[in-house]
Amino acid sequence: MSDFDRESMLEMFIFEMTQLVDQLESTIVQSESEYNIDQINEIFRIMHTIKGSSAMMMFDNIAGVGHSIEDLFYYLREENPKNLDYKRLSDHVLSGADFVKEELAKIQNGEKADGDGTELSKTIDKFLQQIKGKEAPAAAPAKASAPAPAATPAPASTPAAPPPVVELPISSTAGDYMHKYKLKIHFQDGCEMENIRAYTLVHNLQEIASDITHVPHDVIDEETIPIIRRDGFYAEFSSANDYHFIHSHLSSTVYLRELTLEEVEGDIVTPVVADAPVVQTTVEAPPVTAPEDISPIAPPPTEAAIDAAQKKGTASHMISVNVSKLDALLNLMGELVISEAMVTQNSELDGLQLESFNKETRQLRKIISNLQQTVMGMRMVPLSATFFRMHRIVRDMCRQLDKDVQLDIIGEETEVDKNIIEHIADPIMHIIRNSIDHGIELKEERAKTDKSSKARVLLEAKNAGGDVLIIIKDDGRGINTEKVLKKAKANGLTSKPDSEYTDREIQQFIFLPGFSTNEQVTAYSGRGVGMDVVSSNLEIVGGTALVDSVPGEGTTFTLKIPLTLAIIEGMSVLVAGAQYTIPIVHIIKSFKAQQENLFTDPSGNEMITERGEIFNIVRLHEFFNIDGAVTDVCEGTLIMLENGEHVVCLLVDDLIGQQQAVVKSMPKYFRKVRGLSGCTLLGNGDISLIIDVAGFFDK
Amino acid sequence: MEQNLFETERHDDTIKDQYLTFAIEDEDYGVEIAYVKEIIKMQSITKVPEMPSFIEGIINLRGDLIGVLDVRKRFGKMPKEHDEETCIIVLSYSDYTLGMIVDAVQETAIIPEDRISAPPSAKLSYANQFVRNIGRVGDEVKLLMDVERFLAQD
Repeated sequence: MSDFDRESMLEMFIFEMTQLVDQLESTIVQSESEYNIDQINEIFRIMHTIKGSSAMMMFDNIAGVGHSIEDLFYYLREENPKNLDYKRLSDHVLSGADFVKEELAKIQNGEKADGDGTELSKTIDKFLQQIKGKEAPAAAPAKASAPAPAATPAPASTPAAPPPVVELPISSTAGDYMHKYKLKIHFQDGCEMENIRAYTLVHNLQEIASDITHVPHDVIDEETIPIIRRDGFYAEFSSANDYHFIHSHLSSTVYLRELTLEEVEGDIVTPVVADAPVVQTTVEAPPVTAPEDISPIAPPPTEAAIDAAQKKGTASHMISVNVSKLDALLNLMGELVISEAMVTQNSELDGLQLESFNKETRQLRKIISNLQQTVMGMRMVPLSATFFRMHRIVRDMCRQLDKDVQLDIIGEETEVDKNIIEHIADPIMHIIRNSIDHGIELKEERAKTDKSSKARVLLEAKNAGGDVLIIIKDDGRGINTEKVLKKAKANGLTSKPDSEYTDREIQQFIFLPGFSTNEQVTAYSGRGVGMDVVSSNLEIVGGTALVDSVPGEGTTFTLKIPLTLAIIEGMSVLVAGAQYTIPIVHIIKSFKAQQENLFTDPSGNEMITERGEIFNIVRLHEFFNIDGAVTDVCEGTLIMLENGEHVVCLLVDDLIGQQQAVVKSMPKYFRKVRGLSGCTLLGNGDISLIIDVAGFFDK
Repeated sequence: MEQNLFETERHDDTIKDQYLTFAIEDEDYGVEIAYVKEIIKMQSITKVPEMPSFIEGIINLRGDLIGVLDVRKRFGKMPKEHDEETCIIVLSYSDYTLGMIVDAVQETAIIPEDRISAPPSAKLSYANQFVRNIGRVGDEVKLLMDVERFLAQD
């Protein structure tokens, strides 16, 4: 196999396995108290696929663990034993899932997947034996007629009477089992250099096979060419891989006319001139069962198999694409938007009568904006995978900390840009950990309150304008502001007298680096890292975190993240000759002020009444300390902006027009400016700064 | 892979000891060629509000947006009207890219290691914190800048 093939296959493998493990975890966590037959089938099917795929990629350790769990669920499926210790069962499967995840991480980092799964397999096998032992008395009569399941330790007499179906070619069990194969090959007529081709073949075989012998022996010698042409090329070898793997490996040989591969039992005998008809590309069925039969009792096509087949049907409508390709597409999209503006707003067109040109450019713009929406849509991923992963974290923590917490998930279908999802999985996890570890009371403590004994954590996502809100709410004890303030003071984070801090301000301290009020460091939190990961990760994607806590009632974290980073619909405005871009989602309207509607409050704040309501006025030039702007409110233009429920009127010199803006971050050298979120290139090559509307509100 | 390593080494060799020298007021400075991305003429700079005074703003360098600062202001010297000789040296190091406005670019000089010495410990000027070494070309003295420090400074 060439490196390239393996690389792309590995990528697929990791992608597929990650999905399977996620699926496995959510299935288990959902049904922890008792498994119904569907869930057992589901887990069985997942483990079967994990085992098969990893055996194919020659990760025998993963396949081994997969095999053990598969055995376990095979038994559960067939025998359906009652009164199982489901908690222990879940533990075993989850530790298996963890093992697979660990190995996958290694593979992904380009390391060797060298974890030893034998210990785990043994534990699981032992567990299976225990279930069987418990079941045996009750099920004995029924079982007597049925053939023993696969994993029953073979009693001494078994080898003497082998079942009609012979050893399985499953690579996972084949760590030390070597299959022996006979191979005969004819090359196409006139392909020339048959000896070299045979040599290459043998060389390729060495990667996957050992004990290779072949006739003619000395293929380097050109005199063997006529012999190979006439009689073909024979080889015999041993390999740990199964028949199909070897066959497909060999089938890729170039100029192949006939390939006959046969698996042989016992010792390899000296080459027998194949007298069997060899006019066939695929061989007659090998004397082994296909690897689909995972157990000696060939099961009839089960629901699982049928289900899987149906799933395949839907899967064929989806393709998985490397994210870097989508990124490239998006970048090109950005370039396209800019260059479209450069062409259609070209200064050389100024003053020309261009009726048909303008019509065509409108059409062009329409197509481009459709294209852009499609491209953006491709990158949108629902939050469900990220959200459901939290079930596992909650479950593990509850077991460890002996708390009883129920995680409710709402709005998991909300879609967010793929790049953003990567950055918010960690923050959500940290907040949930924090809520369970610090927020939710211990069982005894909780019993003293009038709250229900089962604590609740709510994980919710919803759209709000151009943002997505993720809300994590617990009904625990809330944040102890006194403690937080004390800690903040001890760490030198405070900047004014204690009495001047509002509860809300104090609560925000927990997002600062190195902050943890839990005196005891637990496995989950308390080291003070974590919550600052929340704010730093969110900063990367331009999001913000807010915390709101009521002592004794619980804490609510609100993460506000933008829907997408890349292209926004913006309104260009002019202030002192420079252009600024305001995201259109925040704009309610723009209007000219009338002198009689303006007034100033005693502390100097300018306000305006508009349709019976009163709004604050923010002068952009004052906010940014820009000289040379229009200072008369009536002369400039007011833009009414909203952010959540807050509204202000922003004074700018003039409006320029609506434009799509490809968001670029500010140069790294620059410090963050409140009220600015980035910059963008205009059609004429000029730069416009993008206004962060939230900056006008959180004073 | 080996091939690559070799290429980089050779590349490093050709630009080793080479410095781009430029003038600020009466002093001559040098930056290692390896950090210099390009030299461009003065162009229109978009101002960014609420920035330190030495930051001039952002320029559009073929689609990349790059921050620009005025070295004179950064080093606490009197600002000077930009003229024909004024230009922007674009420096880059790891993922930092920055343009700096200098009075004039002089030449690329080869300053071998034995012509470079540590600066005298007495504090020369405010610019001192960004001057790593002193190099001599003939009888002229070039203040060699610590580009990594200069760029990473917020």
